[in-house]
Amino acid sequence: MARFGMAIDTTKCVGCMDCIVACKTENDVPDGYCRDWIAKRVEGRMPDLRMTITSERCNHCDNPPCVTCCPTGASHVHVYGKIVLVDHGKCIGCKACVASCPYGARFMHPDGYADKCTFCIHRVDKGQLPACVEVCPTRCMTFGDLDDPQSEVSRLVAGRKHFVLKPDAGTGPRIFYLE
Amino acid sequence: MNTISRRRFLKISGLGLGAASLAGLSPRRLGATAAASAGTVRAVPTYCDICFWKCNAIAHVRDGRLWKITGNPEDPLSRGRLCPRGTGGIGTVTDPDRLQSPLIRRKARGGEEWVEVTWDEAFDYIAGKLQKIKVEHGPEAVALFSHGIGGAFLKHTFKAYGTPNIAAPSFAQCRGPRDAGFLLTFGEDIGSPERTDIRNARCIVLIGSHLGENMHNTQVQEFAEALGKGATVIVADPRFSVAASKAKYYLPVKPGSDIALLLAWMNVIVTEELYDQAFVEQHGFGFENFKAEIVERTPEWAYLETGIPPEKIRESAREMARHRPATLVHPGRHATWYGDDTQRSRAIALLNALLGSWGRKGGFYYPSSMDVPGYPYQPYPKSGRGKVDNPGKKYPFAHETISTGIREATISGQPYPVKGWFVYATNLIHALPNEAETLKAIQALDLLVVVDVIPSEIAGWADVVLPEATYLERYDELNVEYFRDPFVALRQPVVEPPGDQKPNWWIARELAFKLGLGEYYPWQDIEEYLDYRLAGAGLSLGTLKEKGLVKGTPAPAFFDEGVEALWPTPSGKVEFYSLQLERAGFDPVPRHQRQKEGPPGSFRLLYGRAPVHSFSRTQTNPILRDAMPENDVWLNASVGARLGLRSGDYVRLRNQDDVLSSPIKVRVTEAIRPDCVYMVHGFGHTAKGLRSAFGVGASDAQLITRYETDPLMGGTGMNVNFVSIEREN
Ligand code: SF4
Ligand code: SF4
Ligand code: SF4
Repeated sequence: MARFGMAIDTTKCVGCMDCIVACKTENDVPDGYCRDWIAKRVEGRMPDLRMTITSERCNHCDNPPCVTCCPTGASHVHVYGKIVLVDHGKCIGCKACVASCPYGARFMHPDGYADKCTFCIHRVDKGQLPACVEVCPTRCMTFGDLDDPQSEVSRLVAGRKHFVLKPDAGTGPRIFYLE
Repeated sequence: MNTISRRRFLKISGLGLGAASLAGLSPRRLGATAAASAGTVRAVPTYCDICFWKCNAIAHVRDGRLWKITGNPEDPLSRGRLCPRGTGGIGTVTDPDRLQSPLIRRKARGGEEWVEVTWDEAFDYIAGKLQKIKVEHGPEAVALFSHGIGGAFLKHTFKAYGTPNIAAPSFAQCRGPRDAGFLLTFGEDIGSPERTDIRNARCIVLIGSHLGENMHNTQVQEFAEALGKGATVIVADPRFSVAASKAKYYLPVKPGSDIALLLAWMNVIVTEELYDQAFVEQHGFGFENFKAEIVERTPEWAYLETGIPPEKIRESAREMARHRPATLVHPGRHATWYGDDTQRSRAIALLNALLGSWGRKGGFYYPSSMDVPGYPYQPYPKSGRGKVDNPGKKYPFAHETISTGIREATISGQPYPVKGWFVYATNLIHALPNEAETLKAIQALDLLVVVDVIPSEIAGWADVVLPEATYLERYDELNVEYFRDPFVALRQPVVEPPGDQKPNWWIARELAFKLGLGEYYPWQDIEEYLDYRLAGAGLSLGTLKEKGLVKGTPAPAFFDEGVEALWPTPSGKVEFYSLQLERAGFDPVPRHQRQKEGPPGSFRLLYGRAPVHSFSRTQTNPILRDAMPENDVWLNASVGARLGLRSGDYVRLRNQDDVLSSPIKVRVTEAIRPDCVYMVHGFGHTAKGLRSAFGVGASDAQLITRYETDPLMGGTGMNVNFVSIEREN
């Protein structure tokens, strides 16, 4: 069984937001919303500065609080790649999951259900890459099976210095940022 | 199931994901939860027009509606990946602020009150005025301002009409000084796409150029590729840009002192004998004279000018030398900063010459293009009066038409009057410095016609506005690309225009007929024209419609691939010392001159690009607007503290001529020097029709009332304005 995740090389990412724009068109994300976003952190004093750019989205956590808190089971871990998904039909719009996600990855879709990144599973199912990964002009994103030690994503995570977002939240995020 | 999944994995591996990566997975049928994008999808290849890079794209139409645009995997420019603006290109089609039908002005110019008219009425009006101008002042009294490949047919119509005055702000307000500086040194210019072999560079030097924020697709892709291969980066910029964050050496140079830094780098490389001596000996002209000057320009001298410690200058120079000839000192693109820009570009060219990077891998390549013959039109009428923009060759090294020279002539009536402007796809109010001068010129006109997709600021001043179909709704001229990998590409309509918008080829052709110039359009229809041209290259429109592009055979691109080192300069060599500059009364070796400072308490206004916007024309694109709805002004943290400002506060900027900007959000950051402020160009719209962008953010262009003209080629240096900051309550 696969466990999908991503490695994003922050030494290459330029924060261009192509990943966001591609997600919006691919997934018909309504105006004013996005499923992924860019964070830029600048540290230090001029001229000794450091900037970390992260392309962020749902981490498809191994221990997802958004799933455990969901009263209807709409938020679930899908058997396919252990991705975290929302069944729109079952979602009652209570927003518990939106509040529980430490990353702010979820939003209420104007149609009344909780929405977020799906790892473009409709594409992955057809043998394509997630839209953000496929569009990225710097090719800094790698998607694949973290449970397969031979996969490129596993090799990158094993071989390169990296960090995850909010490791203390205990969510087990599956997006790894390479340094 | 297994068979299917294996086939899927193979497809994935073709896309660059390791074939083994998903092995063992057996996908299950997905529930309705994750299923997106059902429906029938049609894919149409075309090429992008959100900027001038012309990436080849595939537009996907789902159930008859535009869905998304992706890169054409066959494309050497996009390599299958568009930049964010191109990816958001469908927003140009769905933009609710688009022009819908031809408009004729009803009230005073600039009042933005219009009557909708038919195309026929609009053409009759325009043709009447153009004929009158021709009779009274001659055909040269009409100027065409045109940006991008879309203007090709209008250029043809206006050449047939008889005017040589055809200009684009991309010369005197953008890359002109860069190209002039390289022409003076190597005898060749940089062109577009830039002939920079970034992907093979081992050391990349960026001077103010903010690749990554400035999204020229191929450049950014190759920049990331080079980073991945361990190239070192050196960035000189008053602002800690994204590119600077990738740099081994970040040099926060004092604004306007770049020439001093360049001279000091050359000083180190020459005095420490780190330069490519074989190249200089074989190809250089006037090296000894050059050296005599450059030995004076020590890092200690430059420290006082640039604020960069001498050791940092030395170390970064040695870093460049270590990697030569695969060290690329990038020539930049938008180079009109201080009015000494041709000399700065020449200094960049000379530094590259010392490093021997021209014609070498990791430096500058020799582009080539396919042979696609033009359409055999009858010759254009000859103009007896010459161009209006550069009387007496006042700017001796201007090799293209100076847009601001046309503006000047329009105001003064000298060397002869200009009475009509036809403006295609360039928002002159945001593109030219000093709006007041542009408006003054407009007042001298008998006719101003603007062709555009959206009701831009310049459209607001027009007598007639013609609504153009977007690039996804029209055919255009072929793109015969001059690049490392040559190709010919087609732009073709993907969907129908939603209203009465028309493609520019149709506009240009109809206008020609109204002007009695029908003989210049022997073809009936654009498809016939395109097919004719393609047949000349042994291709057909059918092939291009299906594939989008056809690639040619790359010619040798480097000296070691057989390119002959020929230098079309007066000396026939690479000119370290320029006699033609000396004869014309200019510095034969670039010299640094201190820039004027602003009034006390003011900040130099700098501007640049954002990855999700093109010029001032994408702010109403709903997708790109969502990605970046407004610009902000960067202030150094110490300045913020002094003024009591925090990120998120709103301010207005007042320039030295008392022009006040619209409110703009503040970004208080360490990432900019305390003596300047920075904003992204293209916001702060004042055209009422741009409803979603009106008054959002501030316009740098509005604050650029001053400019320093480059005496060599007439470029307008625009980083010479100063602002003070006023809190907005
Ligand atoms: S598209 Fe790639 S380079 Fe651009 S912001 Fe996203 S991850 Fe970074
Ligand atoms: S990132 Fe948030 S929404 Fe995604 S799985 Fe983790 S907790 Fe849930
Ligand atoms: S660089 Fe971006 S906007 Fe320009 S042509 Fe390419 S995809 Fe389009």
